[in-house]
Amino acid sequence: MEKEKYIQDLADIKNMMERSSRFISLSGASGILAGTFALIGAYFAWTILYQFDAHFMRSFVTDLPKMVVIKLAVVAFSVLGLSLLSGMLLTQKRAKSQGRTIWDETAKRLVISLATPLVIGGVFLLILLSKGLAGIVAPGTLIFYGLALINASKYTLTDIKVLGFSEIVVGLLATYFVGYGLFFWAFGFGVLHIIYGIWMYLKYEKAA
Amino acid sequence: MRNPIEKLDKAFNNKIRLGMMSALAVNEFLDFKTLKNLLQVTDGNLASHATALEKLKYIQIEKSFIGKKPNTKYSITQIGKKAFTLHLSGLAELLEQTNM
Repeated sequence: MEKEKYIQDLADIKNMMERSSRFISLSGASGILAGTFALIGAYFAWTILYQFDAHFMRSFVTDLPKMVVIKLAVVAFSVLGLSLLSGMLLTQKRAKSQGRTIWDETAKRLVISLATPLVIGGVFLLILLSKGLAGIVAPGTLIFYGLALINASKYTLTDIKVLGFSEIVVGLLATYFVGYGLFFWAFGFGVLHIIYGIWMYLKYEKAA
Repeated sequence: MRNPIEKLDKAFNNKIRLGMMSALAVNEFLDFKTLKNLLQVTDGNLASHATALEKLKYIQIEKSFIGKKPNTKYSITQIGKKAFTLHLSGLAELLEQTNM
């Protein structure tokens, strides 16, 4: 019947518009893993800082010994590296099972829209850190990460916007409660990622 | 009132061409590889449908090179956008009619 063809055509058009403009193969499991790495990293960071001073960072300006900063940087970059690597591998696996290639135009746009606020924020925070404003790093990374997610939500599942706004709220709270940055950081990058990952998995992957 | 059937564009009767227009309608441009993956067609198939749409001035094909690799970009034209929108409203109206 003609009517069925029209319905089918409209459904195909909608489906193609969605698929062509959004990268939807982000894996929920990679969110859970990234969150776990963040929690482990936060634990290491806590032991490093705790050794140094039980009452660390009551204000934005702190004079951390160089060795402590280096150790913290190693932990931070390990967390970032492991999260990116596992995220890429799991997403690639998922894209393959959906019959999509991981590196297409939508993926490219997603990465650019994510990276722009992240790189700007990263450089900005490194400059502040070099001026001794260590306390701003944890809230700052949360806020810029949240902005990056909201920016990228145009090119992937819109659920990511919710995560973005949550990260910003946590980041602003962390700015207000100076000195507890690490705990807010662990919550934002650890707990929120795990919750989001589980939610994504249940919503999009379990049924498929 | 105009019969909505007249709004339907014969060029979009074909699934691949309709898919191509849908994808290009929501993207500034798409490259060959991405479009091929989206539509799940062979190189030759994609090229011939693209040429057909280009002849109607519905899409624009821009060929260039990145190093030695050819890089073809496809984008929708104003004329193409108009035809596609008209086709969509035709489909919607026809469905409304059959529902009555």
